[in-house]
Amino acid sequence: MNDEYILDMKKITKTFPGVKALSDVSFACRYGEIHALLGENGAGKSTLIKVLSAAFQPDSGEIYFKGKLFAHQNPISAQQAGIGVIYQEFNLVPYLSIAENIFLGNEPVTKAGLVDRKKMDSAAEEILKGLGLNLNVRTSAHKLSVAEQQMIEIAKTLSLNAELIVMDEPTATLSDHEIEFLFSTILRLKQQGKTIIYISHRLEEIFRVCDRVSVLKDGKYIGSKDVSDIDKEILIHMMVGRTLSDYFPVNKAKRGDKVLEVKNLTRKGVFKNISFDVYEGEILGLSGLVGAGRTEVVRAVFGADPFDSGEILMYGKPLKIRKPINAIRNSIGFATEDRKQQGLVLGLSVKKNITLTVLEHIRKYFLLQMKKEKALVNYFIKTLKIAAKDQDVLVRTLSGGNQQKVVLAKWLAHDSKVLILDEPTRGIDVGAKTEIYNLMRELTKKGKAIVMISSELLEVIGISDRIIVMNQGRFTGELSAENATEEAVMKFAIGGVE
Amino acid sequence: MKEKTLTNSRYHNRIEFSSFFEKYGMLVVLGVLFLACSLISSVFLRPSNLFNITRQVSVIGIISIGMTFVILTGGIDLSVGSVYAFATLVITGLKHLGAVPAAVIALVISMVWGLLAGILVTKGRLQPFIATLGLMTGVVGFGLTFSRGQPILGAPEGLKFIGQGTLFGIVPFQSILFIITAAAAHIILNRTRLGRHVYAVGGNEEGSRLSGISVDNVKITVYVVSSFLAGFAGVITANHMNFGEANIGSGMELDAIAAVAVGGTTLGGGSGGAAGTVIGVLIIGVLNNLLNLINVPGYTQKIVKGVIIIAAVLLQSVQENRKK
Repeated sequence: MNDEYILDMKKITKTFPGVKALSDVSFACRYGEIHALLGENGAGKSTLIKVLSAAFQPDSGEIYFKGKLFAHQNPISAQQAGIGVIYQEFNLVPYLSIAENIFLGNEPVTKAGLVDRKKMDSAAEEILKGLGLNLNVRTSAHKLSVAEQQMIEIAKTLSLNAELIVMDEPTATLSDHEIEFLFSTILRLKQQGKTIIYISHRLEEIFRVCDRVSVLKDGKYIGSKDVSDIDKEILIHMMVGRTLSDYFPVNKAKRGDKVLEVKNLTRKGVFKNISFDVYEGEILGLSGLVGAGRTEVVRAVFGADPFDSGEILMYGKPLKIRKPINAIRNSIGFATEDRKQQGLVLGLSVKKNITLTVLEHIRKYFLLQMKKEKALVNYFIKTLKIAAKDQDVLVRTLSGGNQQKVVLAKWLAHDSKVLILDEPTRGIDVGAKTEIYNLMRELTKKGKAIVMISSELLEVIGISDRIIVMNQGRFTGELSAENATEEAVMKFAIGGVE
Repeated sequence: MKEKTLTNSRYHNRIEFSSFFEKYGMLVVLGVLFLACSLISSVFLRPSNLFNITRQVSVIGIISIGMTFVILTGGIDLSVGSVYAFATLVITGLKHLGAVPAAVIALVISMVWGLLAGILVTKGRLQPFIATLGLMTGVVGFGLTFSRGQPILGAPEGLKFIGQGTLFGIVPFQSILFIITAAAAHIILNRTRLGRHVYAVGGNEEGSRLSGISVDNVKITVYVVSSFLAGFAGVITANHMNFGEANIGSGMELDAIAAVAVGGTTLGGGSGGAAGTVIGVLIIGVLNNLLNLINVPGYTQKIVKGVIIIAAVLLQSVQENRKK
C-alpha cells in the first residue's frame, strides 16, 4: 500500500445493460490535493463517483480509502467513513433552516431525546465560519441563492467530518462572482487538509484551482498529470483523439431548399444572438458542452420556452411561435432530451402516443376512426421497426431505443418537415443507436431536415453534415463535415482556444 | 439463448394476466359480490329490487362519471355536491318559468361553476383540491342565500318523469339517463380527440404541452363537464324528490370519488375510465342494498363501506406494484 494516496481505486469495472460504463478504471488521489476528474459526457465520471460514494456497487475492482479496503454497501456508511459528495442537484429541504439542513439525519440531541437546537445552531455557525460565510443559520433554505445552497451542501459534508469531498460540476450554475467565492472556499478547504475531487469540463477552471488532473474517456482511464506540466492542447488531446468507427451511415442525402432559419435568437441570461439554418436532406449538429444553452435554444424555436428577440423563418416566411402548437402546425417536430418526462405519455399505448399529434386528421365528425388509426400506426411500427408486441402495448414497457422510435413516429405521423432531436441516442444501447442513425439518414433522403443536439462528440461528427457549436449561451463556431474533428469541435465547445 | 426466450415468455404471461386483472378485476369483484348477495338474501334477485338498485345509483353515478373526467386529468372536484344541490334550488326556485327553461338555466349555471373551477385551476394556478374546496363552500352559501335557508318545495310540472318515471312500468327513467351518460362518456373518452387529450394530460402534462395540446383548455373542459353532470343530477333529483335544498349534496363529492377509485381510475390521473366508474358505482350500490336487506344498522354500514373502499383500491395498488 502506498500511504501517499488517500484514495486508490483499482481496476473498477461497472456495466449496465448494454453499456460498459467503466472498464478497468484506476484512479488515485493524494492527500490534500485538488484533483480534477475530466472527460466528455458519457466518459464515466459520474459512474465512477457513484461507485466511490457506494451509490453503485462495482462489478469488479477494489477501492482503498486511507490505506484500508473500502467496501461500503450504501451511501450513508460511505459518508460516515469520510467521503462527501456534492452532486449537481442539491438535496436541501426547502423549508428547513440552514442548521437543520446541515444536520439533517445527524441532529445533536439533548438528554431528553429532543433536538438540541442550541448546539446544532452553534455547530452550524462554526462550520459556516470555517467556510468564510456569514449567514444566519436559522434562515430557511429556500431563501438562499444557488451558490449559498451549494455552500450549505459543503457544510453538510463537513458536519460529517468528510476528508474527501467530491464536487460534481460545481460551477455549472454559478455566476462569475460566485465562482470566485467557490474557488476561495475550495482553497480554504485544502488548507484545512481536505482532499477534493473536482469534476468539470471547463478547462480554465482546472488550471486555476487544481493540482492534478485525471482523464476518462469512453469509460476508460486515460492518464493523470500534474497540472503544472501540461496545457489545454494536451488536455483536449487526452479527452478526445479517437478514430471514427464505421457504424455511422455515410451515404449522405442531397441537400435541397433551406427549410428553417433562425436569426439572432436571444433569451436574456440564457443565450444570445443565435443564428442557424437547416436545409432539406441535411443533418445539422448542434454541439457544445452541457449547459451551453443548446437545449434552451431549440426549446425556444419549438415554442416550449419563450425568447426575448430574434426571428424564426420557415421557407423564408417568418413564423410566430409562442406555444408548441404553433411550431407543430408549421411542421416542426421536437423529440426532447428527456423522453420519459417530456416526450411520451408512458401510461398510454404505442398507438395512442404515436397519434397524439394527428388526432384531428383521423377523425370524422367527432369520432376517431379506429381503422385509419390502426393502419397509420401499423405503417410506422413496420417502417421504423418498432419492437412492440402490438399497438396497445404500453410505452412504459418498451426499451429506450423503441421508445425513441415511438417519439420519432409521433412527429413523422404529423409529417414534420423539420425534426429537432435533442440527445436522440441518450440511454440507448449501442445496437439501437446505429438503428437510430440509419433512420435519421433515411429521413433526410426523404427530404426531412434534422437538427440534432448531442453531447457525444463522436456522434455529432459521425452523423452531421454541418456542425455549429455553442459555449455558454453564445455561438462559437461552425464546421463542415469534412473539417470536423473532435479537437476542432472541442476547441469551439470550450469557448475557443487562442 | 433458449433460457432467455423462456424467461421472456413467462414475463409476457404475467403481464397478460395482470393486464387482464387490471381490466376486469373490479368486474370480477362485482360478480362475486352479486353472487354472494343472491345467496345471502332471497329478495335480492327480484326485478323490483334490482331496478331499485339501479335507480338508487343513478344520481351518484352521473356525478361520478363527471368526476371521472376530472380525476383522469389528475385533478379533483370537491364542488360537485354543492353544484348538484344548487341545481335543485334553481329548478324549484324558478318553476314559474316552466320546467324546461328552469332546467336549462340550472344546467347553464352549473356549467358556470365548472368554468370558474377550471379557470381557478389553470389561469389562477390553484391546486384543484383548494379551488374546488372553496367553490364547494361558496356554492352552498349562495344556495342558502338564494333559498333563505329553507328547502324550496315543488318542482315545475313537465319534467317530473325524468325523476319519477319508469319505462315499461319497471325500468326507472333515471337509470336510462345514467346509462346514456355513461355510454356517452365512454365514447368521448375512448373515441374522441378530447378523450385522448384527457388521458394524455393526466399521464404527462409537460409531454402533452410539447405535443401541442392546450392543457388549460382540456382542464377547463373537464371541470365544466363535471359540473354540468352534477347539475344534471340535481335536475333529476329535484324532479324525483319534488323539492330543492342547499345542503342536499353534502358528502356526495366523497361518494363520487370513492366510486371512481373503486372503479379503477387512479387519483394521479392518466388511467381508468367511465366503464370502471360504472362498476365502482354498482359495487357500492349493491353493497348498500345488501346491507339494507339484511338489516345491518346504519352505523355498521358505514364501517363496512369504508372497509370495502379501502380493500378495493388496495387490491388495485397491489396489482400495480407487482407489475413494477
